[in-house]
Amino acid sequence: MNAHLPILPVLIPVLSAAVMVALSRQDLVLARVLSFIAAAAQLVVASLLFAAVGEGEVLVYRLGDWPAPYGIALVADRLSAAMVLLTAALGAVLLLHAVCAWDRRGRHFHPLFQFQLMGIYGAFLTGDFFNLFVFFEVMLIASYGLMVHGGGAARLTNALQYMVVNLIASSLFLFAVALIYNAAGTLNFADLAQRVPTIPSSDRGILMAGGALLCVVFLLKAAVVPLQFWLPGAYGHAPGVAAALFALLSKVGAYALLRFALVGLGGASLAALEPLAWLTLLAGALGVLAAPTLGVLAGFASIASIGVLFVGLAGADAARLGAGLYYLVHSTLAGAALFVLADLVRSVRREEGDAVLGGQDFAGRALLGGGFFLAAIAAVGLPPLSGFIGKLALLRSIPVEGGAGAASWVFVLVASFLLLLGLSRAGSRVFWKTQGDGGQASHGPAAGGVAALALLLAGTLVWALVAGPALAYFTQAAQALLEPGAYVQAVMGAGVYR
Amino acid sequence: MEILFAVLIAALTAAGIYLCCLRQVFPVVLGLSLLSYATNLFVFVAGRLTVGAPPVWAEGVTRFADPLPQALVLTAIVISFGMTALLVVLAIRARFESGAERSDVPAVTDRVEVER
Repeated sequence: MNAHLPILPVLIPVLSAAVMVALSRQDLVLARVLSFIAAAAQLVVASLLFAAVGEGEVLVYRLGDWPAPYGIALVADRLSAAMVLLTAALGAVLLLHAVCAWDRRGRHFHPLFQFQLMGIYGAFLTGDFFNLFVFFEVMLIASYGLMVHGGGAARLTNALQYMVVNLIASSLFLFAVALIYNAAGTLNFADLAQRVPTIPSSDRGILMAGGALLCVVFLLKAAVVPLQFWLPGAYGHAPGVAAALFALLSKVGAYALLRFALVGLGGASLAALEPLAWLTLLAGALGVLAAPTLGVLAGFASIASIGVLFVGLAGADAARLGAGLYYLVHSTLAGAALFVLADLVRSVRREEGDAVLGGQDFAGRALLGGGFFLAAIAAVGLPPLSGFIGKLALLRSIPVEGGAGAASWVFVLVASFLLLLGLSRAGSRVFWKTQGDGGQASHGPAAGGVAALALLLAGTLVWALVAGPALAYFTQAAQALLEPGAYVQAVMGAGVYR
Repeated sequence: MEILFAVLIAALTAAGIYLCCLRQVFPVVLGLSLLSYATNLFVFVAGRLTVGAPPVWAEGVTRFADPLPQALVLTAIVISFGMTALLVVLAIRARFESGAERSDVPAVTDRVEVER
């Protein structure tokens, strides 16, 4: 059982999606039942995987039992297992929102949702570049489908732009893969880590060009300035449940960059990204101040959170990277909560939708207002939720002496203040500037959406409560990335002939 | 042969990027197709160009064509084909829903549209 564990997170969604397409084309109830069964199975498998790597083991699954550099390998270590568990949990929670609001507005919601999850799991677990590309494409195709789910002119034009941007990025990805293969003769992360030091200097330029192109692709997926323009429109107009899942999608870019630079390129430092992280923070925070709708606001808030994340990833020590990864989990939960909340507000306000404007009173105003208050606390990073601990741990790990460290402090704190202003402005407009007493006339928010929102917010609280062990876990995971000896050993291990 | 490939890939890439910059949906679709052709050719030659060599290593053979890029390019062709088809469908839907034929998003106005 344990031997096959790393492939199950990929197999379960793809099989369940196939079954759904075959059996439940017309039967929404059956599709929902299958979807919940699949989500439960993924949670179980992800938990088992998480438990199996807890002591720092690296599980390697060789497809067809081909040895590593020739065959396809899936690798689960501390970091990827944690990411898989996060994906499974987020998927299961968002399903609650989906069945109450979204899955009957178009066809094939549930299979697309499962394919989306499959692509994300695969991207976290894959051990080589080409399968990273394939899983990225699976993830993107499913995201195009989910993004236009329900239709509508604004949604379609924004999805078209998102798709064109990502297709260009996919071309760059393939160029980069070809360059790296040309220089190193391998696409396996572990094999590459071993070969990079031995590449002759005449081929180093090709390798670096490939690496730089790949960086551009990952930074685009992560929406780091100056490649962030597509995100607010695309996520802000996507169906709320899809946007909430996409909060995880941009983290996949950050994860891939980390894996590629630290393992594949043998410890290339990401310190050069620190100025970009500052600009990303600033762009996100200013966008939150100016956002016209709550959906776009949530998009800018996730850009700001990517900025904080990259301030962490720019460090070269385990404490800072670990704090960044802890924040990654938090910002996924907080970002998803904001998107779900924007969607709920859109569903209960008749005239204004999720526009950041006052308007008629609506049912469930106190409930959604309270939810917004907590989600804003999480997004800004105020106690008692986990954003505060994440930012605190991150800032404590950055030495203030020296220009870059001090600038990181300033940018994180100023951006947090701007976020606080922007979210207060949006919240007081939407939830306090109401007229009349239309509360009875409109229907309240759907129970499933409220449950999903409550679970996500409870998740950030739990994440704050387990901060000690979680930070220790991610610091160990970061240590394993900085010294990938065990990873390389496990993948390349016994039975390799060259 | 290297020169021929390099010029071909460069021309396809340049044409693709130019068409993508036109911001009309149909040229962008064509541009992305050209770009994917350029990519496929580029991946194809990533294992270095060889003529008349066997594709798989065998006893006594010292010069052989690298089979891996050919396998990669097959996958890449399938994916880019599927993507282009999806993009065309999406562009047609967007054309009918919004009446616009542009691939960029109009500037944000003060009026906020409510979507449901």
